Amino acid sequence: MTTAGSETKSDINPPLWLLAELTYKCPLQCPYCSNPVEIAKYQNELTTEDWVRVMQQARKMGATQLGFSGGEPLVRQDLEELIQEARHLGYYTNLITSGVGMDEARVKRFKDAGLDHIQISFQASNEELNNYLGGTKSFQHKKEMARIVKEYEYPMVLNIVIHRKNIDQIRDILDMTVELKADYVELASTQYYGWSRINVDQLLPTREQLANAEAVAKEYQDKMKGKSKIIYVIPDYFETRPKPCMNGWGAIFLTIAPDGTALPCHEAGQLPIEFPNLKDMSVQEAWNDSPGFNHFRGFDWMVEPCRSCPEKTKDFGGCRCQAFMLTGDARNADPVCDKSPYHQQLQDDVKRINALAEEEFDNKVDEKPLIFRNMKNSKKQMEEA
Amino acid sequence: MTINKTEIPEVAPTFRVQWEEAQGCYVVLYPEGMVKLNQSSGEIMSRVDGQTSIEQIIKDLEAAFSESNLEDDVLKFLEVAYDNGWIRNKK
Repeated sequence: MTTAGSETKSDINPPLWLLAELTYKCPLQCPYCSNPVEIAKYQNELTTEDWVRVMQQARKMGATQLGFSGGEPLVRQDLEELIQEARHLGYYTNLITSGVGMDEARVKRFKDAGLDHIQISFQASNEELNNYLGGTKSFQHKKEMARIVKEYEYPMVLNIVIHRKNIDQIRDILDMTVELKADYVELASTQYYGWSRINVDQLLPTREQLANAEAVAKEYQDKMKGKSKIIYVIPDYFETRPKPCMNGWGAIFLTIAPDGTALPCHEAGQLPIEFPNLKDMSVQEAWNDSPGFNHFRGFDWMVEPCRSCPEKTKDFGGCRCQAFMLTGDARNADPVCDKSPYHQQLQDDVKRINALAEEEFDNKVDEKPLIFRNMKNSKKQMEEA
Repeated sequence: MTINKTEIPEVAPTFRVQWEEAQGCYVVLYPEGMVKLNQSSGEIMSRVDGQTSIEQIIKDLEAAFSESNLEDDVLKFLEVAYDNGWIRNKK
Protein backbone atom coordinates (compact mmCIF):
# COMPACT_ATOMS: atom_id res chain seq x y z
CA MET A 1 0.00 0.00 0.00
CA THR A 2 1.52 3.30 -1.03
CA THR A 3 0.78 6.52 0.80
CA ALA A 4 -0.82 9.51 -0.86
CA GLY A 5 2.60 11.13 -0.96
CA SER A 6 4.32 8.57 -3.12
CA GLU A 7 1.92 7.80 -5.89
CA THR A 8 3.40 5.63 -8.59
CA LYS A 9 2.27 4.85 -12.09
CA SER A 10 0.94 1.48 -11.01
CA ASP A 11 -1.78 3.35 -9.10
CA ILE A 12 -3.26 4.67 -12.33
CA ASN A 13 -6.35 2.75 -13.36
CA PRO A 14 -7.30 2.61 -17.02
CA PRO A 15 -10.11 4.80 -18.37
CA LEU A 16 -13.52 3.10 -18.36
CA TRP A 17 -15.53 5.86 -20.00
CA LEU A 18 -14.65 7.47 -23.29
CA LEU A 19 -16.61 10.55 -24.28
CA ALA A 20 -16.05 11.30 -27.95
CA GLU A 21 -17.03 14.87 -28.73
CA LEU A 22 -17.12 14.37 -32.48
CA THR A 23 -17.86 17.97 -33.43
CA TYR A 24 -18.91 21.27 -31.89
CA LYS A 25 -21.22 21.97 -34.82
CA CYS A 26 -24.84 21.90 -33.71
CA PRO A 27 -28.16 22.95 -35.24
CA LEU A 28 -29.37 23.96 -31.77
CA GLN A 29 -28.28 27.00 -29.79
CA CYS A 30 -29.13 26.12 -26.18
CA PRO A 31 -27.90 28.91 -23.90
CA TYR A 32 -26.86 26.41 -21.21
CA CYS A 33 -24.69 24.22 -23.44
CA SER A 34 -21.83 22.65 -21.50
CA ASN A 35 -19.48 23.00 -24.46
CA PRO A 36 -16.71 25.58 -24.08
CA VAL A 37 -17.68 29.15 -24.93
CA GLU A 38 -14.68 29.02 -27.31
CA ILE A 39 -16.34 26.49 -29.68
CA ALA A 40 -15.45 28.68 -32.68
CA LYS A 41 -11.76 28.02 -31.96
CA TYR A 42 -12.02 24.29 -32.68
CA GLN A 43 -11.51 23.97 -36.41
CA ASN A 44 -9.49 20.85 -37.20
CA GLU A 45 -11.74 17.93 -36.36
CA LEU A 46 -10.26 14.46 -36.05
CA THR A 47 -10.69 12.30 -39.14
CA THR A 48 -12.49 8.95 -39.22
CA GLU A 49 -9.10 7.20 -39.11
CA ASP A 50 -8.04 9.25 -36.06
CA TRP A 51 -11.20 8.30 -34.18
CA VAL A 52 -10.84 4.63 -35.07
CA ARG A 53 -7.23 4.62 -33.79
CA VAL A 54 -8.23 6.39 -30.56
CA MET A 55 -11.14 3.99 -29.96
CA GLN A 56 -8.89 0.98 -30.53
CA GLN A 57 -6.24 2.27 -28.11
CA ALA A 58 -8.70 3.14 -25.35
CA ARG A 59 -10.53 -0.17 -25.72
CA LYS A 60 -7.26 -2.05 -25.41
CA MET A 61 -6.65 -0.28 -22.10
CA GLY A 62 -10.07 -1.39 -20.85
CA ALA A 63 -12.54 1.39 -21.75
CA THR A 64 -16.03 -0.11 -21.98
CA GLN A 65 -18.53 2.75 -22.24
CA LEU A 66 -18.31 5.02 -25.26
CA GLY A 67 -20.41 8.13 -25.69
CA PHE A 68 -20.75 9.79 -29.08
CA SER A 69 -21.47 13.38 -28.25
CA GLY A 70 -20.82 16.89 -29.49
CA GLY A 71 -22.07 19.46 -30.46
CA GLU A 72 -24.46 17.32 -32.41
CA PRO A 73 -22.80 14.02 -33.33
CA LEU A 74 -25.35 13.44 -36.13
CA VAL A 75 -23.58 16.20 -38.06
CA ARG A 76 -20.71 13.77 -38.68
CA GLN A 77 -21.44 11.81 -41.83
CA ASP A 78 -19.09 9.03 -40.68
CA LEU A 79 -21.11 8.37 -37.51
CA GLU A 80 -22.46 5.02 -38.76
CA GLU A 81 -18.93 3.90 -39.57
CA LEU A 82 -17.65 4.94 -36.15
CA ILE A 83 -20.52 3.15 -34.39
CA GLN A 84 -19.83 -0.01 -36.34
CA GLU A 85 -16.14 0.07 -35.46
CA ALA A 86 -16.89 0.83 -31.80
CA ARG A 87 -19.34 -2.04 -31.52
CA HIS A 88 -16.92 -4.34 -33.26
CA LEU A 89 -14.30 -3.41 -30.65
CA GLY A 90 -16.75 -4.39 -27.89
CA TYR A 91 -17.76 -0.98 -26.56
CA TYR A 92 -21.20 -0.28 -25.18
CA THR A 93 -22.11 2.53 -27.53
CA ASN A 94 -24.20 5.53 -26.45
CA LEU A 95 -25.44 8.18 -28.85
CA ILE A 96 -26.09 11.48 -27.09
CA THR A 97 -28.15 13.61 -29.43
CA SER A 98 -30.73 16.33 -29.88
CA GLY A 99 -32.46 14.13 -32.46
CA VAL A 100 -32.10 16.89 -35.06
CA GLY A 101 -30.52 15.30 -38.13
CA MET A 102 -32.06 11.91 -37.43
CA ASP A 103 -34.77 10.05 -39.34
CA GLU A 104 -36.05 6.50 -39.33
CA ALA A 105 -33.64 5.35 -42.04
CA ARG A 106 -30.71 6.56 -39.96
CA VAL A 107 -32.04 4.95 -36.76
CA LYS A 108 -32.23 1.69 -38.68
CA ARG A 109 -28.67 2.09 -39.96
CA PHE A 110 -27.49 2.75 -36.39
CA LYS A 111 -29.23 -0.44 -35.28
CA ASP A 112 -27.55 -2.40 -38.07
CA ALA A 113 -24.20 -0.88 -37.05
CA GLY A 114 -24.78 -2.16 -33.49
CA LEU A 115 -25.59 1.02 -31.58
CA ASP A 116 -26.69 0.11 -28.03
CA HIS A 117 -28.46 3.19 -26.72
CA ILE A 118 -29.85 6.55 -27.77
CA GLN A 119 -30.25 9.54 -25.49
CA ILE A 120 -32.43 12.35 -26.79
CA SER A 121 -32.47 15.78 -25.22
CA PHE A 122 -35.58 17.91 -24.83
CA GLN A 123 -35.44 21.56 -23.90
CA ALA A 124 -38.97 21.70 -22.44
CA SER A 125 -42.33 19.94 -22.51
CA ASN A 126 -44.06 22.49 -24.69
CA GLU A 127 -43.30 23.41 -28.23
CA GLU A 128 -42.87 27.13 -27.77
CA LEU A 129 -40.34 27.03 -24.94
CA ASN A 130 -38.51 24.02 -26.42
CA ASN A 131 -38.05 25.75 -29.74
CA TYR A 132 -37.14 29.08 -28.13
CA LEU A 133 -34.41 27.56 -25.95
CA GLY A 134 -33.02 25.36 -28.72
CA GLY A 135 -33.25 28.15 -31.26
CA THR A 136 -34.86 25.77 -33.78
CA LYS A 137 -38.25 24.26 -34.61
CA SER A 138 -37.36 20.85 -33.26
CA PHE A 139 -40.01 19.82 -30.72
CA GLN A 140 -42.34 17.71 -32.88
CA HIS A 141 -39.40 16.10 -34.62
CA LYS A 142 -37.83 15.13 -31.29
CA LYS A 143 -41.06 13.49 -30.16
CA GLU A 144 -41.29 11.58 -33.42
CA MET A 145 -37.67 10.42 -33.05
CA ALA A 146 -38.30 9.27 -29.47
CA ARG A 147 -41.17 7.11 -30.75
CA ILE A 148 -38.97 5.59 -33.45
CA VAL A 149 -36.14 4.92 -31.00
CA LYS A 150 -38.56 2.87 -28.86
CA GLU A 151 -39.95 1.14 -31.94
CA TYR A 152 -36.46 -0.14 -32.69
CA GLU A 153 -36.18 -1.51 -29.13
CA TYR A 154 -33.37 0.75 -28.00
CA PRO A 155 -33.10 1.59 -24.34
CA MET A 156 -34.00 5.27 -24.34
CA VAL A 157 -32.79 7.99 -22.05
CA LEU A 158 -34.56 11.32 -22.21
CA ASN A 159 -32.42 14.16 -20.94
CA ILE A 160 -33.95 17.46 -19.98
CA VAL A 161 -31.72 20.23 -18.71
CA ILE A 162 -33.55 21.93 -15.85
CA HIS A 163 -33.20 25.63 -15.03
CA ARG A 164 -35.27 28.64 -14.00
CA LYS A 165 -37.12 28.88 -17.34
CA ASN A 166 -38.53 25.33 -17.27
CA ILE A 167 -38.29 24.09 -13.70
CA ASP A 168 -41.88 25.03 -12.86
CA GLN A 169 -43.08 22.75 -15.68
CA ILE A 170 -41.39 19.70 -14.21
CA ARG A 171 -44.71 17.84 -13.89
CA ASP A 172 -45.48 18.35 -17.59
CA ILE A 173 -41.93 17.34 -18.47
CA LEU A 174 -42.26 14.10 -16.50
CA ASP A 175 -45.68 13.40 -18.02
CA MET A 176 -44.08 13.77 -21.44
CA THR A 177 -41.35 11.25 -20.55
CA VAL A 178 -44.03 8.80 -19.39
CA GLU A 179 -45.96 9.29 -22.63
CA LEU A 180 -42.80 8.70 -24.68
CA LYS A 181 -41.96 5.56 -22.64
CA ALA A 182 -38.48 6.61 -21.56
CA ASP A 183 -36.51 3.87 -19.82
CA TYR A 184 -34.41 6.46 -18.02
CA VAL A 185 -35.01 10.15 -17.41
CA GLU A 186 -32.21 12.52 -16.56
CA LEU A 187 -33.42 15.77 -15.10
CA ALA A 188 -30.07 17.43 -15.42
CA SER A 189 -29.93 20.64 -13.46
CA THR A 190 -27.88 23.24 -15.24
CA GLN A 191 -24.40 23.21 -13.78
CA TYR A 192 -22.69 26.51 -14.31
CA TYR A 193 -19.92 25.87 -16.79
CA GLY A 194 -19.43 26.98 -20.37
CA TRP A 195 -22.45 28.78 -21.79
CA SER A 196 -24.59 28.35 -18.69
CA ARG A 197 -21.98 30.19 -16.65
CA ILE A 198 -22.34 33.30 -18.81
CA ASN A 199 -26.14 32.96 -18.55
CA VAL A 200 -26.23 32.06 -14.86
CA ASP A 201 -28.23 35.18 -13.89
CA GLN A 202 -31.11 34.03 -16.08
CA LEU A 203 -30.86 30.28 -15.45
CA LEU A 204 -30.28 29.62 -11.75
CA PRO A 205 -33.58 28.60 -10.11
CA THR A 206 -34.65 29.83 -6.69
CA ARG A 207 -34.62 27.65 -3.59
CA GLU A 208 -38.41 27.64 -3.60
CA GLN A 209 -38.55 26.42 -7.20
CA LEU A 210 -36.06 23.70 -6.35
CA ALA A 211 -38.00 22.44 -3.35
CA ASN A 212 -41.15 22.15 -5.45
CA ALA A 213 -39.34 20.40 -8.29
CA GLU A 214 -37.70 17.94 -5.92
CA ALA A 215 -41.06 16.99 -4.44
CA VAL A 216 -42.58 16.39 -7.89
CA ALA A 217 -39.55 14.38 -9.03
CA LYS A 218 -39.82 12.22 -5.89
CA GLU A 219 -43.51 11.59 -6.59
CA TYR A 220 -42.73 10.37 -10.13
CA GLN A 221 -39.75 8.32 -8.96
CA ASP A 222 -42.10 6.37 -6.70
CA LYS A 223 -44.89 6.19 -9.26
CA MET A 224 -42.66 4.98 -12.10
CA LYS A 225 -40.58 2.52 -10.09
CA GLY A 226 -39.78 -0.54 -12.18
CA LYS A 227 -40.91 1.20 -15.39
CA SER A 228 -38.68 4.22 -15.72
CA LYS A 229 -35.67 5.31 -13.71
CA ILE A 230 -35.77 9.02 -12.96
CA ILE A 231 -32.57 10.74 -11.94
CA TYR A 232 -32.69 14.27 -10.59
CA VAL A 233 -29.58 16.07 -9.44
CA ILE A 234 -29.99 19.54 -7.98
CA PRO A 235 -27.58 22.33 -8.98
CA ASP A 236 -24.55 22.04 -6.74
CA TYR A 237 -24.57 25.77 -5.94
CA PHE A 238 -27.20 24.86 -3.34
CA GLU A 239 -25.14 22.15 -1.66
CA THR A 240 -22.69 22.35 1.24
CA ARG A 241 -20.41 19.54 0.10
CA PRO A 242 -18.95 19.30 -3.40
CA LYS A 243 -19.59 16.54 -5.91
CA PRO A 244 -16.85 13.89 -6.32
CA CYS A 245 -16.24 15.37 -9.73
CA MET A 246 -15.58 12.74 -12.43
CA ASN A 247 -14.90 10.29 -9.57
CA GLY A 248 -11.48 11.84 -9.41
CA TRP A 249 -9.18 13.49 -11.92
CA GLY A 250 -7.94 11.05 -14.57
CA ALA A 251 -9.57 8.18 -12.68
CA ILE A 252 -12.19 6.75 -15.06
CA PHE A 253 -13.27 9.47 -17.51
CA LEU A 254 -11.56 10.42 -20.73
CA THR A 255 -13.06 13.15 -22.89
CA ILE A 256 -11.78 13.82 -26.36
CA ALA A 257 -12.56 17.21 -27.88
CA PRO A 258 -13.29 17.47 -31.64
CA ASP A 259 -9.71 18.56 -32.37
CA GLY A 260 -8.21 15.57 -30.55
CA THR A 261 -7.39 17.23 -27.23
CA ALA A 262 -7.60 14.61 -24.48
CA LEU A 263 -9.20 15.92 -21.28
CA PRO A 264 -10.08 14.50 -17.84
CA CYS A 265 -13.55 16.00 -18.28
CA HIS A 266 -15.39 18.03 -20.90
CA GLU A 267 -14.88 21.32 -19.02
CA ALA A 268 -11.17 21.00 -18.27
CA GLY A 269 -10.07 22.77 -21.46
CA GLN A 270 -10.63 26.10 -19.71
CA LEU A 271 -7.92 25.39 -17.10
CA PRO A 272 -4.45 26.92 -17.50
CA ILE A 273 -2.99 23.44 -18.00
CA GLU A 274 -1.55 21.91 -21.12
CA PHE A 275 -3.40 18.83 -22.31
CA PRO A 276 -2.14 16.29 -24.84
CA ASN A 277 -3.51 15.98 -28.35
CA LEU A 278 -4.22 12.47 -29.63
CA LYS A 279 -3.07 13.43 -33.11
CA ASP A 280 0.47 13.36 -31.68
CA MET A 281 0.23 10.86 -28.87
CA SER A 282 -1.32 7.50 -28.03
CA VAL A 283 -4.21 7.31 -25.56
CA GLN A 284 -2.04 5.25 -23.22
CA GLU A 285 0.74 7.83 -23.20
CA ALA A 286 -1.71 10.71 -22.75
CA TRP A 287 -3.59 8.99 -19.91
CA ASN A 288 -0.63 7.55 -18.02
CA ASP A 289 2.25 9.93 -18.66
CA SER A 290 1.09 13.40 -19.70
CA PRO A 291 1.53 16.17 -17.10
CA GLY A 292 -2.07 17.28 -17.78
CA PHE A 293 -3.62 13.98 -16.69
CA ASN A 294 -1.31 13.68 -13.68
CA HIS A 295 -1.87 17.25 -12.51
CA PHE A 296 -4.59 16.50 -9.95
CA ARG A 297 -4.17 12.77 -9.45
CA GLY A 298 -3.76 11.62 -5.88
CA PHE A 299 -3.85 14.16 -3.03
CA ASP A 300 -0.43 15.85 -3.09
CA TRP A 301 -1.65 18.84 -5.07
CA MET A 302 -4.23 19.84 -2.46
CA VAL A 303 -4.12 22.98 -0.37
CA GLU A 304 -6.11 23.70 2.81
CA PRO A 305 -8.88 23.12 3.75
CA CYS A 306 -8.79 19.98 1.55
CA ARG A 307 -5.29 18.81 2.44
CA SER A 308 -6.14 17.91 6.04
CA CYS A 309 -9.83 17.17 5.41
CA PRO A 310 -10.98 13.63 6.27
CA GLU A 311 -13.54 13.80 3.44
CA LYS A 312 -10.93 14.34 0.71
CA THR A 313 -10.96 10.66 -0.27
CA LYS A 314 -14.71 10.86 -0.77
CA ASP A 315 -15.11 14.02 -2.88
CA PHE A 316 -11.51 14.77 -4.00
CA GLY A 317 -12.09 18.43 -3.09
CA GLY A 318 -14.89 18.75 -5.67
CA CYS A 319 -14.54 20.17 -9.14
CA ARG A 320 -11.23 21.68 -10.30
CA CYS A 321 -12.95 23.77 -12.98
CA GLN A 322 -15.43 25.22 -10.52
CA ALA A 323 -12.58 26.03 -8.12
CA PHE A 324 -10.77 27.77 -10.96
CA MET A 325 -13.81 29.72 -12.17
CA LEU A 326 -14.87 30.90 -8.73
CA THR A 327 -11.54 31.39 -6.95
CA GLY A 328 -8.95 31.82 -9.72
CA ASP A 329 -6.92 28.81 -8.52
CA ALA A 330 -7.86 25.29 -9.56
CA ARG A 331 -6.13 23.77 -6.51
CA ASN A 332 -8.54 25.41 -4.10
CA ALA A 333 -11.47 23.61 -2.54
CA ASP A 334 -14.59 23.75 -4.69
CA PRO A 335 -16.49 26.73 -3.17
CA VAL A 336 -19.64 24.59 -3.02
CA CYS A 337 -18.02 23.15 0.13
CA ASP A 338 -18.91 25.14 3.23
CA LYS A 339 -15.36 24.64 4.49
CA SER A 340 -14.10 26.78 1.58
CA PRO A 341 -13.28 30.41 2.42
CA TYR A 342 -15.05 31.28 -0.86
CA HIS A 343 -18.29 29.52 0.09
CA GLN A 344 -19.89 32.68 1.49
CA GLN A 345 -19.07 34.54 -1.71
CA LEU A 346 -20.87 31.87 -3.72
CA GLN A 347 -23.85 31.96 -1.35
CA ASP A 348 -24.03 35.75 -1.71
CA ASP A 349 -24.02 35.37 -5.48
CA VAL A 350 -26.85 32.82 -5.31
CA LYS A 351 -28.80 35.29 -3.16
CA ARG A 352 -28.16 38.10 -5.63
CA ILE A 353 -29.38 35.94 -8.53
CA ASN A 354 -32.43 34.78 -6.56
CA ALA A 355 -33.31 38.42 -5.91
CA LEU A 356 -33.05 39.06 -9.67
CA ALA A 357 -35.38 36.11 -10.23
CA GLU A 358 -37.96 37.48 -7.78
CA GLU A 359 -37.94 40.81 -9.60
CA GLU A 360 -38.30 39.03 -12.90
CA PHE A 361 -41.26 37.00 -11.61
CA ASP A 362 -42.89 40.25 -10.46
CA ASN A 363 -42.19 41.73 -13.89
CA LYS A 364 -40.54 44.69 -12.29
CA VAL A 365 -37.50 44.69 -14.49
CA ASP A 366 -36.56 43.67 -18.01
CA GLU A 367 -34.39 40.62 -17.77
CA LYS A 368 -31.05 40.43 -19.46
CA PRO A 369 -31.22 38.62 -22.80
CA LEU A 370 -29.90 35.06 -22.91
CA ILE A 371 -26.70 34.58 -24.88
CA PHE A 372 -27.39 31.69 -27.26
CA ARG A 373 -24.72 29.15 -28.09
CA ASN A 374 -23.58 29.68 -31.65
CA MET A 375 -20.35 30.39 -33.51
CA LYS A 376 -21.10 34.11 -33.82
CA ASN A 377 -21.59 34.54 -30.08
CA SER A 378 -18.57 32.35 -29.42
CA LYS A 379 -16.36 34.67 -31.48
CA LYS A 380 -17.85 37.70 -29.76
CA GLN A 381 -17.26 36.25 -26.30
CA MET A 382 -13.66 35.44 -27.19
CA GLU A 383 -13.07 38.99 -28.47
CA GLU A 384 -14.49 40.44 -25.26
CA ALA A 385 -12.47 38.16 -23.02
CA MET B 1 -41.18 -13.97 -6.55
CA THR B 2 -41.54 -17.58 -7.65
CA ILE B 3 -39.39 -18.68 -10.53
CA ASN B 4 -40.66 -21.37 -12.86
CA LYS B 5 -37.69 -23.56 -13.73
CA THR B 6 -39.05 -24.57 -17.12
CA GLU B 7 -38.92 -20.95 -18.33
CA ILE B 8 -36.24 -19.94 -20.83
CA PRO B 9 -34.65 -16.64 -19.79
CA GLU B 10 -33.00 -14.20 -22.17
CA VAL B 11 -31.04 -10.99 -21.66
CA ALA B 12 -33.48 -8.07 -22.00
CA PRO B 13 -32.93 -6.03 -25.17
CA THR B 14 -32.03 -2.97 -23.12
CA PHE B 15 -29.02 -4.71 -21.51
CA ARG B 16 -25.87 -6.39 -22.75
CA VAL B 17 -23.69 -9.01 -21.04
CA GLN B 18 -20.09 -9.60 -22.03
CA TRP B 19 -16.72 -10.82 -20.80
CA GLU B 20 -14.30 -7.95 -20.08
CA GLU B 21 -10.69 -8.99 -20.44
CA ALA B 22 -9.32 -5.90 -18.67
CA GLN B 23 -11.62 -6.40 -15.67
CA GLY B 24 -11.32 -10.18 -15.65
CA CYS B 25 -15.06 -10.63 -15.23
CA TYR B 26 -18.46 -10.64 -16.91
CA VAL B 27 -20.23 -7.27 -16.90
CA VAL B 28 -23.80 -6.14 -17.42
CA LEU B 29 -23.88 -3.04 -19.61
CA TYR B 30 -26.68 -0.50 -19.90
CA PRO B 31 -26.95 3.18 -20.87
CA GLU B 32 -23.93 4.93 -19.43
CA GLY B 33 -23.41 2.27 -16.79
CA MET B 34 -21.87 -1.09 -15.97
CA VAL B 35 -22.20 -3.72 -13.23
CA LYS B 36 -19.31 -6.09 -12.65
CA LEU B 37 -20.44 -9.63 -11.87
CA ASN B 38 -18.60 -11.87 -9.43
CA GLN B 39 -17.47 -15.23 -10.71
CA SER B 40 -20.54 -17.30 -9.87
CA SER B 41 -22.98 -14.62 -11.08
CA GLY B 42 -20.96 -14.34 -14.28
CA GLU B 43 -21.10 -18.10 -14.87
CA ILE B 44 -24.89 -18.02 -14.50
CA MET B 45 -25.43 -14.90 -16.62
CA SER B 46 -23.22 -16.20 -19.42
CA ARG B 47 -25.56 -19.19 -19.76
CA VAL B 48 -28.65 -17.04 -20.18
CA ASP B 49 -28.92 -17.24 -23.95
CA GLY B 50 -32.62 -17.35 -24.80
CA GLN B 51 -32.37 -21.06 -25.62
CA THR B 52 -31.58 -22.78 -22.34
CA SER B 53 -34.17 -23.35 -19.61
CA ILE B 54 -33.41 -22.52 -15.99
CA GLU B 55 -33.52 -26.24 -15.21
CA GLN B 56 -30.88 -26.90 -17.83
CA ILE B 57 -28.70 -23.97 -16.70
CA ILE B 58 -28.62 -25.45 -13.19
CA LYS B 59 -27.67 -28.89 -14.58
CA ASP B 60 -24.96 -27.38 -16.79
CA LEU B 61 -23.44 -25.48 -13.89
CA GLU B 62 -23.52 -28.52 -11.60
CA ALA B 63 -21.75 -30.55 -14.29
CA ALA B 64 -19.21 -27.82 -15.07
CA PHE B 65 -18.20 -27.34 -11.44
CA SER B 66 -18.75 -30.94 -10.26
CA GLU B 67 -21.17 -29.79 -7.60
CA SER B 68 -24.70 -30.66 -6.63
CA ASN B 69 -27.36 -28.51 -4.97
CA LEU B 70 -26.58 -25.31 -6.86
CA GLU B 71 -30.29 -24.69 -7.42
CA ASP B 72 -30.81 -22.30 -4.50
CA ASP B 73 -27.80 -20.15 -5.42
CA VAL B 74 -28.81 -19.98 -9.07
CA LEU B 75 -32.42 -19.08 -8.29
CA LYS B 76 -31.29 -16.45 -5.80
CA PHE B 77 -29.13 -14.75 -8.42
CA LEU B 78 -31.76 -15.03 -11.17
CA GLU B 79 -34.24 -13.32 -8.89
CA VAL B 80 -31.86 -10.37 -8.62
CA ALA B 81 -31.38 -10.41 -12.40
CA TYR B 82 -35.15 -10.43 -13.06
CA ASP B 83 -35.66 -7.72 -10.46
CA ASN B 84 -33.06 -5.46 -12.10
CA GLY B 85 -34.65 -6.06 -15.49
CA TRP B 86 -31.44 -7.64 -16.86
CA ILE B 87 -33.29 -10.75 -17.98
CA ARG B 88 -36.82 -11.70 -19.00
CA ASN B 89 -38.59 -14.89 -20.00
CA LYS B 90 -38.57 -15.68 -23.67
CA LYS B 91 -42.05 -15.74 -25.10
